[in-house]
Amino acid sequence: MMEEKKHIAIIGGGPAGLESAENLFDLGYKVTIIELSDSLGGKLNNWHRLFPDRRLSKEILNHLKNKLNRNIQIFYNSTVIKTTRKEDKFFIELNNSSSLECDAVLLTVGFDLFNASIKEEYGYGIYDNVITSADLEYLFHANKPLLTKQGKTPEKVAFIHCVGSRDEKVGNIYCSSVCCVTGVKQAMEVKQLLPHSEILMFYMDIRMYGRFYEDLYLEAQEKYHVQFIRGRLSETAENIDGSLILKADDTLAGCPIKVNADLVVLLVGYVPSKYCSSLSKMLHIKCEKDGFFAPCDTHTDRNFTGSPGIFIAGACTGPKNLEATLADARSASITIHKYLLHVPVLEQINKVG
Amino acid sequence: MNSFGFSINKDNVIDYENNDRSLAEIVLAREPSLYRCIQCGSCTGACSAGAFTDYNFRKMHLLMRRGEIRLLQQSVDKCMLCGKCQLVCPRGINTRNVIRQIRLALLKLN
Amino acid sequence: MINEGKIRVWKDYQKEIADDRYFYVRSCIRQNFFPGAEKTFLRIMRDELRKDVFEDPRHTTCTGIAYHTDIVPLETIMTTVARQFSLMTENGYENIVPSCITSFGIYTEILELWEHHPEWEEKAKNYLFKSTGREFKKPKNLAHSSDVIFKYRNEIAHLAKHCLVNKETGQPIRVVEHIGCHYSRMFPQKGIGGAEYPFVLTGLAEAFGGEVIDYPERRACCGFGFRQYLVQANRGYSIACSKKKFESMAPYKPDMIITNCPGCPYFLDRWQYVISEMEGTTYGANGYGIPVLTFEELAGLMMGYNPWDIGLQMHQVSVEPLLDKIGIEYDSHDKYCDAEGIFMGKPEIPEILKFC
Repeated sequence: MMEEKKHIAIIGGGPAGLESAENLFDLGYKVTIIELSDSLGGKLNNWHRLFPDRRLSKEILNHLKNKLNRNIQIFYNSTVIKTTRKEDKFFIELNNSSSLECDAVLLTVGFDLFNASIKEEYGYGIYDNVITSADLEYLFHANKPLLTKQGKTPEKVAFIHCVGSRDEKVGNIYCSSVCCVTGVKQAMEVKQLLPHSEILMFYMDIRMYGRFYEDLYLEAQEKYHVQFIRGRLSETAENIDGSLILKADDTLAGCPIKVNADLVVLLVGYVPSKYCSSLSKMLHIKCEKDGFFAPCDTHTDRNFTGSPGIFIAGACTGPKNLEATLADARSASITIHKYLLHVPVLEQINKVG
Repeated sequence: MNSFGFSINKDNVIDYENNDRSLAEIVLAREPSLYRCIQCGSCTGACSAGAFTDYNFRKMHLLMRRGEIRLLQQSVDKCMLCGKCQLVCPRGINTRNVIRQIRLALLKLN
Repeated sequence: MINEGKIRVWKDYQKEIADDRYFYVRSCIRQNFFPGAEKTFLRIMRDELRKDVFEDPRHTTCTGIAYHTDIVPLETIMTTVARQFSLMTENGYENIVPSCITSFGIYTEILELWEHHPEWEEKAKNYLFKSTGREFKKPKNLAHSSDVIFKYRNEIAHLAKHCLVNKETGQPIRVVEHIGCHYSRMFPQKGIGGAEYPFVLTGLAEAFGGEVIDYPERRACCGFGFRQYLVQANRGYSIACSKKKFESMAPYKPDMIITNCPGCPYFLDRWQYVISEMEGTTYGANGYGIPVLTFEELAGLMMGYNPWDIGLQMHQVSVEPLLDKIGIEYDSHDKYCDAEGIFMGKPEIPEILKFC
C-alpha cells in the first residue's frame, strides 16, 4: 500500500510561493497554496519590466503560473485565521470556513511597499506632481501617458533614492537593496518615453550589487545621459505652477543645491508584510527587529524558522530581488524535503575562535 | 540711504535653474566618455596639480556640470595635462581631452 | 496642492489645550515692540470669552534669548523657569500659557529634560529653594497663546465683526502663515499640525474666512535665531533669511503675513523697510510692503477693536492697505495720538517703502 503523500501548505502565492509549490510538487508532495488576493503572482502583477534585462514581468509571471501543476490546490481570497499543531501535523483554518491538514507550512507572504506619505517633507499625497516608483511602474504597465497633473509633458524628472529605507526617522534603518537599480531602470524607461527630458537622480549611495546592475548604471549615464547628484533630498516645495523645488546638498560640490523638477519620483523601499507580525504571533516564530521573519541561521539555514515544520522563503525574510527570491524558494523546497524525509539536522554550528 | 552697518548676505546655494550649463553640453558633445564619470575621485588622488592647488579633475567636471563657470575659469588652467588622472580613471574617460575642450570652450565664451 | 493630504497630516498631530484658568507669562519682544498685542489677547480672553487668565506681576523673562546666545547656562534658565512654575503654583494655577514662542520652546525643552532626566529636576528644585526659598509643581498643561486662540477660533469668529474677505472683490484675503521655529520644529507632537504643515495659524485664518497660501520657503526660518544678530555686522545673515522668504512669497501676491512668534513679525516687519532702503525692492502691491500681523492683532482686528488700540501704528509696514481691503474703519488722525488724544509725534517717513 502506497504511503499517503505528505502535504505542504504554502501561505502566499507570489513568486516565492509559486516557485516552491512547483518544486515541492515535482519532489512528490501534495501542495496547497493559500493566496490573499484573487490572483497569483504577488507584486509581479504590478511591475512592467524587470531589471537587469528589462524583460516583461508577465514573461516570468506566466512561466511561474504555467509551470504549476493543475493538481496543486489553490485557495484564493483567503487568509489563515487559526493554526493548531497536532504532534507533527498542522491544522489550518481559513477565513472562508475551509480548513486543511498538512505536514509542513511554508510562509511566502512577501512584502509591502513603504507608504511615502509618511515622509511629510517630500509631499507625497500633498503636492500634485510627486509620485512613487510603484505609481510610475503602474503608468508604464497600463500604458498611460506620462504627464504632470496639469497635463504637461515633464521636461525635468527627479528620482529620489532611499525613500523609507536607511532612515531612522521612519523606523527603517535597513537598505531595501533593489530601489537603486529600480530607479536607474525607470530613469532609462522615462528617457526612452520622453527623449528630450532631463533626468536627475538624488542618491546617498548607488547600490548596483547584482549581476549586470553596474552595466545598467553605465548605460544610463552613457546612452541616456542620466545625471546623478550625490545628496539626499531634504525637502520638496511646490511652485505656483505645480512644479517642484528640490533642496538637497550637492555633497560632492560642497554646498547646497536648489533644482526645479516637473515630476518627482520617490524610490520607495520594502517594509515587512503586515502578515509577518500576525503570523509570527499565531505560529510562535521569530521576527527580526525590523519586522521581517528571522531565519534559523544567516548563512546555512535561511529557510527554517526554528519551529519544527514551519519554513520561510522570499521577501518576507528581507528585501531581495526576483532571482534571489526564486533561488530562496528552491532552497526552501530542498529544506522542507529533507525535513519530511527526517534527514537529521545539525543542531548548532560550532563557533570557531 | 541710511547706513545700517551690514549688507544682505548672498546665499551659497547652487542655483541649478539659473546657472548657464551650455558649456557642459558643448564639452560633453565633444568628449562623450565624460558621461561615464561617477565622481569617484581617483583622478584627484593622482593629480599632480591637485596636490598643490585647489584644482582637480573631479571638481572641474562637477563645476562645469552645475554651471559654476566663474569658479571653473579660475582653476582649469592649473592642469598640466600630465595624464595621471587618465591612467587611473576606472571608467576610461579621456580626461586630458576634457580639459582641452573646456579650455577651448572657455576661450570661445570670452 | 492636494488639501486632503494636509488634512490627513494635521489629524496626526493633535494637542491637548486646557479649557480655562491660564497662568499667562509675557514676552520680552512682544511687549516691547508690539505693545498692544498682549493687551489685545487678554481683552479677548477675559472680556469676550470670559476666561480666567491670571498674571503675576512678579514673573520675569524666561531668559530664552540669553540662553540661546550662550550668555545664560542651562542651570540658570532652568531655575528661572522653575520660579515661573512656582509663581503659577503659588497662585493656584496648573495651566501655563507663554506669550513667546521661544518661551514655549524653552518650557517644552525643560519639561522634556526633567521627564527623561529626573536628576535635573532635582537640581532645579535645589537651586530654586536655595536662591529664593520657593518650591514648585510642574504645570499640567503647557500651551502657547496662539494654541489657545486656535482652540477658541470658532467662538471668536462667531463674535467677530469682520471677516478676512476683500470687501470689494468678495475674495478671501490671501494670508501667508509663518510659524516660529521653536513652536513645532523641536517637538513636532507639541505643535498643532506638526512641523511640516502646521495648522495653528492656518486654522485661525481659515476660521475668519481667509485663504492660506503655501509658498516654497514656507518652512524657512526668518533669521531671528538670537545669536547671530546681536552683533550688528552679522545681521546680513539674518536679513538674508527673511529676504529669501519675501522673494519666495511675492509671486503669490499675499495680502498679509500672520505669525505666532513675537520675534518673527519683528523681523518680517522691520526687514522689509531695510531691504527697501538697501536694494529698493518692496514686496507688497504699489510700493507698499506686505503687512505683518501677529495672531492676537488679527483676532483683535476681526473683533472690531480700534487698530491703534491694538498697536498697529507701531508697525513699520503700514497696515492701512489691508484694513481698507477688509473694510475696517480707522481714524488716520488718531494714529499717533496717545490715550488722552495728545499727539505723540510722527516717525520719519522712509524713502522707498510707501507709508501711510
